[in-house]
Amino acid sequence: MPNPRPEVQFATLEQQTEAAQLGMWVFLATEVLFFGALIFGYYVYRISYPDQFVLAGHDAKLLLGSINTAILVTSSLTMVAAIELVKRGEPSRAATMLFVTAMLGLAFLGVKGYEYFEDYQDHTVPLLSFVLKPREQPVVELFWMFYFVATGIHAIHLSIGIVAVLVLALHARHGRYSAAYYSPLEVLGLYWSFVDTVWLFLFAAIYPIGRA
Amino acid sequence: MSAVTAGPSETYLTNESSIASWFLTKDHKRIALLFFASVTAFFFIGGAAATLIRLNLINPAGNLLGADLYNRMFTMHGIVMVWFFLIPSIPTTLGNFLIPLMIGARDLAFPRLNLGSWYVFNISGILALYFIIAGGDDTGWTFYTPYSTLFSNSHVIAAAVAVFVNGFSTIMTALNFVVTIHRLRAPGMTWFRLPLFVWAIYATSLVMLLATPVLAMTLLLIALEHGFGIGIFDPNLGGDPLLFQHMFWFYSHPAVYIMILPAMGVASELIPCFARRPVFGYRGMTYALVAIAVVGFFVWGHHMFTSGMSVFAGIVFSFMSFIVAVPSAIKVFNWTATLHRGSISFDAPMLYALGFVGLFTIGGLTGLMLATLPIDIHVTDTYFVIAHFHYVMVGGTVSAFFGGLHYWWPKITGRLYPEMWARGAAILTFIGFNITFFPQFILGYLGMPRRYYSYAPDLQTWNVLSSAGASILAIAYLMPLFYLGWSLLWGPRANANPWRATGLEWRTSSPPPEHNFERTPVVTTPPYQYNPEDDSYVAQDGAANA
Repeated sequence: MPNPRPEVQFATLEQQTEAAQLGMWVFLATEVLFFGALIFGYYVYRISYPDQFVLAGHDAKLLLGSINTAILVTSSLTMVAAIELVKRGEPSRAATMLFVTAMLGLAFLGVKGYEYFEDYQDHTVPLLSFVLKPREQPVVELFWMFYFVATGIHAIHLSIGIVAVLVLALHARHGRYSAAYYSPLEVLGLYWSFVDTVWLFLFAAIYPIGRA
Repeated sequence: MSAVTAGPSETYLTNESSIASWFLTKDHKRIALLFFASVTAFFFIGGAAATLIRLNLINPAGNLLGADLYNRMFTMHGIVMVWFFLIPSIPTTLGNFLIPLMIGARDLAFPRLNLGSWYVFNISGILALYFIIAGGDDTGWTFYTPYSTLFSNSHVIAAAVAVFVNGFSTIMTALNFVVTIHRLRAPGMTWFRLPLFVWAIYATSLVMLLATPVLAMTLLLIALEHGFGIGIFDPNLGGDPLLFQHMFWFYSHPAVYIMILPAMGVASELIPCFARRPVFGYRGMTYALVAIAVVGFFVWGHHMFTSGMSVFAGIVFSFMSFIVAVPSAIKVFNWTATLHRGSISFDAPMLYALGFVGLFTIGGLTGLMLATLPIDIHVTDTYFVIAHFHYVMVGGTVSAFFGGLHYWWPKITGRLYPEMWARGAAILTFIGFNITFFPQFILGYLGMPRRYYSYAPDLQTWNVLSSAGASILAIAYLMPLFYLGWSLLWGPRANANPWRATGLEWRTSSPPPEHNFERTPVVTTPPYQYNPEDDSYVAQDGAANA
């Protein structure tokens, strides 16, 4: 399969690949600041109200959060495996790995949805079903608001990633990529790993609090 | 000369003529013109709000608009002018048009993203028009909580979402510029051969990329709190309105540099060309641009001296604000030194550029007064602050924008504008601006607070003077619309390099062909190789007096 020609603004395909990768890195830098602002706000309140945040954190579902962490880290592994397989000239096996990656992403969303359901039964969902437990003050509701805003925005990012991975899996199945041309896979891999990394920060902020 | 003037007969304006060829174009030059149409429309919308504000303040009773409408009017003026004119103004129009030309590229790195940025901008613009037509927002452009989230009954969500969406357009354009400047420079175009306008847009883009996401998150939280009661900043739950102010100004102070850095870039192109001298201290100019962009991230607290910050934090932010003035001062001194022993001509772009330097200097020096804690406590939230930032943003940025527009007009349109009319408009801008805003320094010093629809009757003289100046300024801003419009149809044809300038953008025909250059230029010389002694110059591809 011949390599695609570079777009008109590029001299070579290599230059186009470098530009695409730099573009994704720059985009991820903006994403760091986007999530960073939210996580910064979370820690400002956590430092201001340490005892209340410990009480609130006890109601976070540590087991489900841990399962999800395992799922997402594994999905980064399969993502990298897909890129590696294309490099070795096995695009159809790479396509399979991409499907697995997308399925793991969907599994994460499924577990997350079930966790939201348990949160609802546990009356920790602000606006919909929220009851303060003994010794808890209103600021506990702030913890849960951050929880839903942060995990919600993360889920939106993950959903976008799942759709993109599925599209690239179809492309890979149709032989669009080869050992000589796989730039879109690498660019998407950066994004996928970033979404994974954001989850690690959210997990560290939400689940282990006060359980030492 | 012949190699340049014998350009292709098809220019980027004439190679395709269908409507779709404009609205689906991937050519950075056409997209620049699309952006130009959009930001010009918003300039006049924001200007209409300013007109009503100045009309209202002719009378101390302020009974033209009344309190509620006045609040909505200054909010509309602020939001439209900041996000829909000043921030996109120079980068999306002149930047979009010139960056690929100046670095010898065929287009930006991501042409579809560039077009997408224009569509996202217009979607946010429609949302902005919606919140204006639906009745407006009365929170001020700063959206301070808890007023914006718990009390205001105006269209806060629509306004916040409009600005939120607008941020995506900013980020898309900035990302495109950064990647383009990194990856698409012509052979020989090293970092220290880049024209200062490119450096300025690069520094601006970095600030856009790192600050705008914080605003996006902040406004998202405001909209969620106002709309759904997800009260992140709600004091009833233990939330902290000061946290909002920190997050807002973490974006909005760097945003000031988003507005002024491109203007500095324009001035750095114009002044050497019309003084026929290399810019003084080129390297220092580049370091100063980057220093302003970096240090600008650590001064946001000077907007909050009276908000309940600790004295220690106040002193630190005050100190940092003085530090950021150093690279700004370096730039002013270097522009001035560039004039020394130059062969200066006072064409319209140069008049605008000199106006920029003078007005920016006044804006900057009064900024130092405001960075001084005891003075700030005295004049905070008065017209002194209003006058200060209008000297920077209107006197500085808008003057430079008009200067750049005139300077590159022959390149963009292939037509020369009428010089005498343009000089008249440039001088009138300077006069009208000073009559409008200098009295506001005095009003602020006398204690007139900002954001009030009425005021003490003994302040009327200065307010009437300010409003009179605004009418002069309005005429000065409307004039180019007519004579530049006239030149589109009847202006004399421009050759490739009417200013005898050194940048690569002048080494292709006016207007340029679709992909900018017949052959990719090879850069051999630094920018601004002008010689005032014999009026010779060397273009960046090594051609002498071409």
